[in-house]
Amino acid sequence: MTGNLLSLAIWVPIAAGLIVLATGSDKNAPMARVLAVIGALLGFAVTIPLYTGFDHYSSGMQFVELKPWIETFSINYSLGVDGLSVWFVILNSFTTLMVVIAGWTVIQKRVAQYMAAFLVMSGLINGAFVAQDAILFYVFFEAMLIPMYLIIGIWGGPRRVYASIKFFLYTFLGSLLTLVSFIYLYFQANGSFAIADFARLPLGMTAQGLLLIAFFFAFGVKVPMWPVHTWLPDAHVEAPTGGSMVLAAITLKLGAYGFLRFALPIVPDACRQYAWVFILFSLIAVVYVGMVALVQTDMKKLVAYSSISHMGFVTLGFFMFTGNGNLNQFAVEGALVQMISHGFVSAAMFFCIGVMYDRVHSRKIADYGGVVNKMPIFASFMMLFAMANSGLPATSGFVGEFFVVLGAVQVNFWYAFFAGTTLIFGAAYTLWMYKRVIFGEVANHHVEELKDVNKRELLVLVILAITVLGMGLYPKPFTDLMHFSVNDLIWHVAQTKLPQ
Amino acid sequence: MDMKTIYLLIPLAPLFGALVAGLFGWAISRRVAHTVTIAGVAVACGLSLYTLNYLLHGGASYNEPVYNWLTINGVDFNVGFLVDKLTAMMMCVVTFVSLMVHIYTIGYMAEDPGYNRFFSYISLFTFSMLMLVMSNNFVQLFFGWEAVGLVSYLLIGFWFKRPTATFANLKAFLVNRVGDFGFLLGIGLVLGHFGSLDYAAVFAKAPELKDATITIFAGHPWSLLSLTCILLFVGAMGKSAQFPLHVWLPDSMEGPTPISALIHAATMVTAGIFMVTRMSPLFELSDTALNFILVIGSITALFMGFLGIIQDDIKRVVAYSTLSQLGYMTVALGVSAYSVAVFHLMTHAFFKALLFLGAGSVIMGMHHDQNIRNMGGLRKYMPITWITSLIGSLALIGTPFFSGFYSKDSIIDAVSTSHLPGAHFAYFAVVAGVFVTAFYSFRMYFLVFHGQSRWMEAKPHHAHADAHHAPAAHGAHAGDDHAAHGDDHEEHHGLGPNDKPHESPWVVTLPLILLAIPSALIGFFAIQPMLFGDFFKGVIFVNNEAHPAMEELAHEFGGAAEMGLHAFAGLPVWLALAGVVLSYVFYILKPELPKAVGKFFSSIGVTKLLENKYYMDFLYINVFAAAGRALGTVLWKVGDALLIDGLVVNGAARLVQFFSFVVRRVQTGYIYHYAFAMILGALVMITLWIGIPLYGAMH
Repeated sequence: MTGNLLSLAIWVPIAAGLIVLATGSDKNAPMARVLAVIGALLGFAVTIPLYTGFDHYSSGMQFVELKPWIETFSINYSLGVDGLSVWFVILNSFTTLMVVIAGWTVIQKRVAQYMAAFLVMSGLINGAFVAQDAILFYVFFEAMLIPMYLIIGIWGGPRRVYASIKFFLYTFLGSLLTLVSFIYLYFQANGSFAIADFARLPLGMTAQGLLLIAFFFAFGVKVPMWPVHTWLPDAHVEAPTGGSMVLAAITLKLGAYGFLRFALPIVPDACRQYAWVFILFSLIAVVYVGMVALVQTDMKKLVAYSSISHMGFVTLGFFMFTGNGNLNQFAVEGALVQMISHGFVSAAMFFCIGVMYDRVHSRKIADYGGVVNKMPIFASFMMLFAMANSGLPATSGFVGEFFVVLGAVQVNFWYAFFAGTTLIFGAAYTLWMYKRVIFGEVANHHVEELKDVNKRELLVLVILAITVLGMGLYPKPFTDLMHFSVNDLIWHVAQTKLPQ
Repeated sequence: MDMKTIYLLIPLAPLFGALVAGLFGWAISRRVAHTVTIAGVAVACGLSLYTLNYLLHGGASYNEPVYNWLTINGVDFNVGFLVDKLTAMMMCVVTFVSLMVHIYTIGYMAEDPGYNRFFSYISLFTFSMLMLVMSNNFVQLFFGWEAVGLVSYLLIGFWFKRPTATFANLKAFLVNRVGDFGFLLGIGLVLGHFGSLDYAAVFAKAPELKDATITIFAGHPWSLLSLTCILLFVGAMGKSAQFPLHVWLPDSMEGPTPISALIHAATMVTAGIFMVTRMSPLFELSDTALNFILVIGSITALFMGFLGIIQDDIKRVVAYSTLSQLGYMTVALGVSAYSVAVFHLMTHAFFKALLFLGAGSVIMGMHHDQNIRNMGGLRKYMPITWITSLIGSLALIGTPFFSGFYSKDSIIDAVSTSHLPGAHFAYFAVVAGVFVTAFYSFRMYFLVFHGQSRWMEAKPHHAHADAHHAPAAHGAHAGDDHAAHGDDHEEHHGLGPNDKPHESPWVVTLPLILLAIPSALIGFFAIQPMLFGDFFKGVIFVNNEAHPAMEELAHEFGGAAEMGLHAFAGLPVWLALAGVVLSYVFYILKPELPKAVGKFFSSIGVTKLLENKYYMDFLYINVFAAAGRALGTVLWKVGDALLIDGLVVNGAARLVQFFSFVVRRVQTGYIYHYAFAMILGALVMITLWIGIPLYGAMH
């Protein structure tokens, strides 16, 4: 059983998705929903042993599986998790469960397909996080986009075509470059696609630099980093609530994870050399995008820009080298915590907007006002998530940003200075939106007719609130799993790979 | 019970009350809500007093972790308590004032539909404030720091239907965040250079780093400790409303009066003072930082007092007085008289809470009219409120033998001994401030409790509409509590010509009486032990050689009674008296005089300057905030939309659109997204299955 947990994490949701799909048309929708929630629960359940059985004191891959897949090119079905990836498998399966519950009654057309798309995507994303073979990773990484295109394209808003094209364009370039990089590394590694072998290769600076550019387009787009971020607000605006939740909570993390798994270990010298570019882009993301978020009139766009700004902390944390060429441990772990936390908080924020959208069918801030008068329970929860989005201590949103800033002070005071402005901007755009939407007199008859959350919505809100508060009050269980892998990464990145 | 259990119970009891009233507020009656929260705070208060007593009788200080929050890079970040006499004193002040405010709230919020919610918030506040003062490390301090800010935000916006309230609470939160920004960077420097965020470890290492420097601008090494301390103090400037981050406090009066007393006068706003006192081993090592603190405090003490003179809203008068008194405390910090600052913090907590609660009682009596120009002669109708407010006012202006006298006079004496460059200005500010304080305090006192009962005079219906709210940011809502009645009519507030105000119920007057006692007496009894005894021994660190203020004060001190008598030989008492007499002349004897004087000040532009609060709000709202929004718009429309999307992305998109147009023709019936999914899948497959063998064949 424990021998193939990771395979279960991948294939249980995919199998469940296919079963749900088999229920066919919408007259079987109730059965599709039940099957979907069972599938999501099972998918989540099989990831629990990854936490309980995880060896805190090992930096290597755990729950390893290795089978030959395409032997001609020595491509293997090679799986494993370490402290850098284990949380994202759990987070992903958790988010899928939330999304299935969130879409329970909201989705009325093509229910089976909707639920199936999310379940299949969940398995594929888990595959990308646990793949230890570059081609296997690539397949999962790309295949995952297909259900996402479908979700945006079928259940999305009016400009979904534009959003899909933009999404496609952005990711396409990066995908091709990644594949070329992998093939290059394959030959360098004497015919191995194992990521661990890539990480051991000596590489000249030119090669490292070119590979870093490829990784930037592959993963920087996903994060997304400024200036390749403009697809995200459009994709979010057009995506249905569940799509936004997964997009923000998980797929963005896949980009950041790519930097951790590929860029830093494979091309450490180039990372050190060009870290300033990543830091610059990250700080621009925090400040520039924070300001852009301030003036948004569409709630989803606002939260999308807020996501970009928060992800700026992640890339900032990954690329800060101290004077002696080492990564800063506070910053790296802070960035990892920020990734997990953002998964909870952004999912919660998009869910909250979804709850209002389902009732009023508008995402415009100007169409709301005084929601608290009609939806006091909802308003209380949204207050909590807004505060978490503003990085309030005791919520998960605080922990990551706090440690990235603390790490930044040790590297360069000015990095911390600009990153720290998020305390002001983050609170400004989130709470200003909250004020205009939630507070005040009932603004119009749409708000007048609002009904407070139902039991199913309440369930999602409560679970997300518990995770946000729990992680804020006691982040130790999260970070304890990371220490050894992060130490190992820092040690590894400190070694030069330039041929002597 | 061992002490650890007690220390755990102290913050958790109010938290329990807050959770019950908050999570189950919909299910429980008002009686249950207020009983459970009051019980929680009463437990905390009783145990705090027990703790103080325990420490006074030789009990050991406590400094232990409660649990490990997380560990990174071998550095432990714990949640833990440091309970020494400074903490114990703060715990007693916080829980006692909180208890009084809880009881008072039963009467004050009786008709409010948000009754349970309000009790939940103020209990949550008590918990947060206790976590702040009991912390033994910077992380938990920051937690408490932001948590009290959150509750303050929730309570200022308690009547969320009012635009002015939701404007004020956002403003308060954001201005505080500007301070917290500095505070966070300061904490970052502490971790970076001290290697720990535990107070004890940091303080122990501070002397080693006395001469350390840090280069922020190339070629200009700065003292590490000066920069760290100034950044930490920026946090205090936000929370303790020091110039120029003071702008949120007057607007916070939009919240219900009980929280103005608890949060925006007695406890939360003094967190900055407490923090600097707690960090005395750091601040003592930097004269630069102390001088900065001294100057900021002096500006706040004097210039915020001036603003108190022109306010007509009873709560805003008290609010500006709070700003000014916080300035006094900050000045005391600047001259290293930390114990005096904390002493003034304590006396101020009692008399200012009393004044606010008294103001609230008056507001109830006046049927939610807050304009002191409509009051007058209330002493006949509200005798308990009258007497207790008089005691509070006398304490505030520093009448000998009242509590405020001992603390304020000690501050003035301490400043006179300082050799810091800013000390001369500071001395002028705190002495002149005495006159200003006496004048505006008794202006309010006379206008409210003496003279004609002006509500009986014929007046336009909305006579109280706030001329003093002149800047556009404020709407037409002058009245404090009209929303308390759960309706949206403004018409009902204020008294009619034939109405008579009533004294408030006992739940309101009892706290007034219980606060009046320490307001009058505590200075007399506490000055000797707190300032000159060994109460703060081992808690507050003062470098007596460089900053001799406390030594010289101790040298001159000859007992509390002697100090009171001796005061009449000094300037401040006479200045205070002059302020009282002048206000008596202006507002009782010759009520036409203020107009004439006002004309003079208008003609030289002073009135306009004061009415606009030195244009600070204008600066923040119309310059900083507006510039932020404008820049955001430019970055969005030009940066994102025009440059990135317009040039790069859409250019490429047009190519793809053409491509997809072809695809659509070929595969009619499919829509775009299917096409894209297919293209993508095909590309992946083609590159995988053809590309690799090709490369393989080539090698």
